[in-house]
Amino acid sequence: MNVKMSVVVRTVADIMVVPIVVFGIYLILHGHLTPGGGFQGGAVVASSTALLIVAHGAMKDNKTDLSNMESTGLTLFFLLAMVGLIMGFSLFYNSLAGTGGIFGGTVSGINPGYINTGGTIPLMNIVVGMEVIAALSLILWMMAKRSGSLEVEK
Amino acid sequence: MKKIIAVIALIVISAFLFGGVVEMRNQDGGGFGNPVETEMDEYFLENSQDHNQVNNVVTAVLFDYRGLDTLGEATVLFSAVSGVLTVLRKTISSKEGEE
Amino acid sequence: MNWFNFFPLIMVVTLVIMGLYVVLFKKNLIKMIMGIAIIQNGANLFLVSLAYREGYVAPIWTSAPATDMVLPTPHALTLTSIVIGVATTALMLSFVIMLKKHYGSINSDDARRCRE
Repeated sequence: MNVKMSVVVRTVADIMVVPIVVFGIYLILHGHLTPGGGFQGGAVVASSTALLIVAHGAMKDNKTDLSNMESTGLTLFFLLAMVGLIMGFSLFYNSLAGTGGIFGGTVSGINPGYINTGGTIPLMNIVVGMEVIAALSLILWMMAKRSGSLEVEK
Repeated sequence: MKKIIAVIALIVISAFLFGGVVEMRNQDGGGFGNPVETEMDEYFLENSQDHNQVNNVVTAVLFDYRGLDTLGEATVLFSAVSGVLTVLRKTISSKEGEE
Repeated sequence: MNWFNFFPLIMVVTLVIMGLYVVLFKKNLIKMIMGIAIIQNGANLFLVSLAYREGYVAPIWTSAPATDMVLPTPHALTLTSIVIGVATTALMLSFVIMLKKHYGSINSDDARRCRE
């Protein structure tokens, strides 16, 4: 079954994937400064998967990789939540905020926004973004495959 | 008969919902654009920069103050993906039918 | 305070009633899932309109034009609600794919073999 679209659609999809992924990663990394975060950025990156599936109708069998990525994201999220408990506070306590080092800067009042602030919150954004990218891509991949609109290359 | 029950249920639920909107309109100082109970949100707005050193207050609420909520949400997403993979797995009968 | 101030709440009620109508009276499973999605969107709009304060800005301090900010907690709850809505919709759609494979139809009247 040939489910490939025309060469124009495939070329434009290949070009457009790059800005979509870059914008999604920007949303994830700036989640503590601007509107956005792990969930939204992950959804944006997963939309590039939808674009590729619709345009090409074929994809490598990367179900295991995506499953591993999703499990890793959820586990790291819970471990980051446990950091507060290990350092002697409660669960989900932001114990890395304001301690210097990476993501340890301080802010107060209205400011232009500094990327190295936020403590555990940017790290949580990154791992949640990982999980959402993998989860939505896996859902799209599986539904496209089982409804017959995707050829799986071994 | 089933259709009549459905129509009655729809009319009753619609009446309750519109009645709720009218009730919110008649409140003094409440309703849309002027919420009354805001102590918790004022606390978040004032203290999230001190507590978390983060500019986006919504992110602070999502990942710090209501972190357990987000953990449950991530778990729901994980469970949904597990459910999709289980429902759409390749069974023996579908293998024989397709290929 | 006039009725125009309550336009979002009236839209919430309209969305929920539209979704309920679709869920109650349509037999096509895809249309029923669309109705559930419309109800979810009504709930999200209700949460966001609860958070609104007139003339205030979004609760983000980066280059904020003012320090009067709307309530942040309903926005966080709406984010949670959107992600859970996506997850449940995906699960329901995969159920419909399997029903189509087994019964050859997406009409809810046809998918009742377990009752007989």
